Amino acid sequence: MADIHKLAQMLKELDDQLVGCMRCGMCQAVCPIFKLSGKETDVTRGKLALLDGLASEMLTDPEGVNEKLNRCLLCGTCQANCPSGVSVMDIFLKARAIMTGYFGLSPAKKAIFRGLLKNPKLFNALTEMGAKFQGIFTKKVDDMLGSSCARFNAPIIADRHFNTLASKPFRKIVPEMDTPAGSSGLRVAFYVGCVIDKIYPQVGEAILKVLKHHGVGVYMPSGQACCGIPVLSSGDTSTFDTLVGMNVDILKEGEFDYLVTGCASCTSTIKELWPHMYKGDSSRTYDIGVLARKTMDISQFLVDVLKVEPKELAGGRSVTYHDPCHLKNSLGITAQPRTLIKAAGCDFKEMTDAGTCCGCGGSFNIAHYELSREIGSRKADNIIASKAKVAATSCPACMLQITDMLSQKGADMSVRHVIELYADSL
Amino acid sequence: MTKEAIIKEFETIAGAENVMTGETDRHAYSYDAAVLDSVMPALVVRPRTSEVLGAVTKLCNDNGLPLTVRGAGTNLSGGTIPHPGGVVVLTNGLNRILEINEADMYAVVEPGVVTAQFAAEVAKRGLFYPPDPGSQAVSTLGGNVAENAGGLRGLKYGVTKDYVMGMDFWDVNGELVKTGSRTVKCVTGYNLAGLMVASEGTLGVFDKIILKLVPPAQAAKSMMAVFPSMKAASETVASIIANKIVPATLEMMDNFTIRTVENFRGAGLPVDAAALLLIEVDGHPGQVADEAAVVERICKENGATELHVAKDAAERDAVWQARRDALPALANLKPTCVLEDATVPRSKIPAMIEALEEIAKKLDLTIGTFGHAGDGNLHPTILTDKRNKEEWERVEKGIDMIFDKALSMGGTLSGEHGIGLAKSKYLAQETSKATLAYARRMKSVLDPKGILNPDKIVGAE
Repeated sequence: MADIHKLAQMLKELDDQLVGCMRCGMCQAVCPIFKLSGKETDVTRGKLALLDGLASEMLTDPEGVNEKLNRCLLCGTCQANCPSGVSVMDIFLKARAIMTGYFGLSPAKKAIFRGLLKNPKLFNALTEMGAKFQGIFTKKVDDMLGSSCARFNAPIIADRHFNTLASKPFRKIVPEMDTPAGSSGLRVAFYVGCVIDKIYPQVGEAILKVLKHHGVGVYMPSGQACCGIPVLSSGDTSTFDTLVGMNVDILKEGEFDYLVTGCASCTSTIKELWPHMYKGDSSRTYDIGVLARKTMDISQFLVDVLKVEPKELAGGRSVTYHDPCHLKNSLGITAQPRTLIKAAGCDFKEMTDAGTCCGCGGSFNIAHYELSREIGSRKADNIIASKAKVAATSCPACMLQITDMLSQKGADMSVRHVIELYADSL
Repeated sequence: MTKEAIIKEFETIAGAENVMTGETDRHAYSYDAAVLDSVMPALVVRPRTSEVLGAVTKLCNDNGLPLTVRGAGTNLSGGTIPHPGGVVVLTNGLNRILEINEADMYAVVEPGVVTAQFAAEVAKRGLFYPPDPGSQAVSTLGGNVAENAGGLRGLKYGVTKDYVMGMDFWDVNGELVKTGSRTVKCVTGYNLAGLMVASEGTLGVFDKIILKLVPPAQAAKSMMAVFPSMKAASETVASIIANKIVPATLEMMDNFTIRTVENFRGAGLPVDAAALLLIEVDGHPGQVADEAAVVERICKENGATELHVAKDAAERDAVWQARRDALPALANLKPTCVLEDATVPRSKIPAMIEALEEIAKKLDLTIGTFGHAGDGNLHPTILTDKRNKEEWERVEKGIDMIFDKALSMGGTLSGEHGIGLAKSKYLAQETSKATLAYARRMKSVLDPKGILNPDKIVGAE
């Protein structure tokens, strides 16, 4: 561990960005964690002040600062609403990287990130094995939601209601694809992402069905790795660089007009964080830029490029929509998923606070489950109050969280990806 | 008592989970929204009940501990920066709306209720709480009362003080003082509630506040008028009032601010305009139609080159978005943004604007000016980088000059941000030595140990 003076020097890098916070405190109005705790260290202004205090060596407790820094969903709502335009996400990701450099990665994270994520084959093999044996450890709770819970006392699972690993992952159903452009004259690369592959293969299948229906050619190479957001939010920039490199090297081999994903987190990571945070081999910089520009959320592609329009006569299932933070706050995409739901002929019902975070926050859910659950519980209440029969969203991570929350409340409804609803209607 | 013993005592009173002593927690309460140096408190406590609030106040006094009450910490004059080694008392655990009385049109609240949430609750019952400080999405009613916060509707609807009917507050001995009433008329005893408004936490600790509510206007009409000079715009302001029309809001933006907002949002503002007026009249539909027509005529008579009247809610919102964008747009330009609130009599606005331009030129500073033209409350906003020592010295000089000017025109140091630490040094200049001495004498009796938010308003002796 380096000395604290060194840490301060490293944090000085952030000085130009930190100074942009005028400490107006408006982030208190929108931060989901602050809403629960009311603590200044839980809101962005406080966290930026702590980083500033550490950088200027006014503070002597880096562990304390690091702990507060990690009590954040990285939902980006503060940044989207910051009057001074402070690049909060950028500061937090860089600060987490600096902190991880200082403290080192925890042994568990090291094993998962560097042992598993960097080796997609091993990761795939292990999760496949997990899918076979999970029935021994888990039991079904809700058939409609497809949720399960732990059969025995298991600390990592706690009392979560979760979607189990798919018995057949997406990559086993469709290992790879390379089809020519059809009637649309377009070809897209399909980036699958871990959660769709391992837990929600039906979302991947829905995407392929929709693309086929619209005459869109698909380039989907095998061997895709994680997009890197879990490792980046834990400050592991070297694993991030490796993962980006692995993905870029296979994606750049194909010819396509757009790169589409069904995961809000993957979309915003590829579009914004790959070009911005990648510090690996610079020969890839150009390709990363090209990929980022071509990247689109699947509903955005369908609505903005293919001009899918809402159906006049709604009357189908009543559906409400939760805005994933990575679509709403990072990319400003809110209209297209709603349009797609209406294009599926569903009866759309807007819920209260559709744009507030569901509380998942990736690994935040693992480290701070109680906070995550409290935030998620409010989301579930809003979903239930909408009186819709289906809760739709555009991010598989949100789907996991919302399923857990609705299942725990015994809600009589299902959780679907918007693309599934649209695929059903074709 | 030793430090450990005092901490134990706070924990016994407030519950250990509501007492924060760690370095990171204390650091997070060492500042507010003012551009001033931060000061670490020794301890932060978050009472959840009225009784605990009183007991905490008494404990501080018994031990001579400086006490600074803090709501959302949006203060722009350093009023919530703690005293070295002091105690920060958070009010956001006291955030219950205790009563909204529709028949008698008042509400009783705890000090930590967030202003916008309160206004929304009141609106749900078909009533209206007009004060709308810029920070209302997070600011607390306790803070609003302590600072006598204003907002865009000050001209017609007044400011926070016009809505405080009464309150309960804790004195330093932990005794509950009651003042004012739920009735419109009340002359029982000294008007202590009036004394507490704008006292910035230096005279007592608010426990419950009784606030007046009014019926909402039935209709409103907004418009944006473009002027070739600040003079023409400010003469329009004077003329509107002289014609016996009091708009709900009457806001002004200078050319620098217009250009900055346009760069920020790209909403199609006239970047060549020297000044913009944003005007809203409200009331009975008939009255609104009449007044809007008169305002329109006055704008044209005073040389408005363009006039846009909002046709619907969306257009009305666009008018106010331009105004809401002023501060964020300016704040985006430079790292440090010093937002002042020097206020002058309405008729002196053109002279004040001219003076601000001169100061900016003389000291080579960037100053954008916008504000509440209708009530003379301007917000000259100095854009700088505090790390640039040489420039910062010029900024401080500029601030001195701004207040000198405002006072020389019969204006005031603060329209709505308060005196706090930032402006206490100018207090005698606006009032008199005797005023300061009177205020200090009064405080010394009510707070003999000087624990209540020391150094704020009346300064250090």
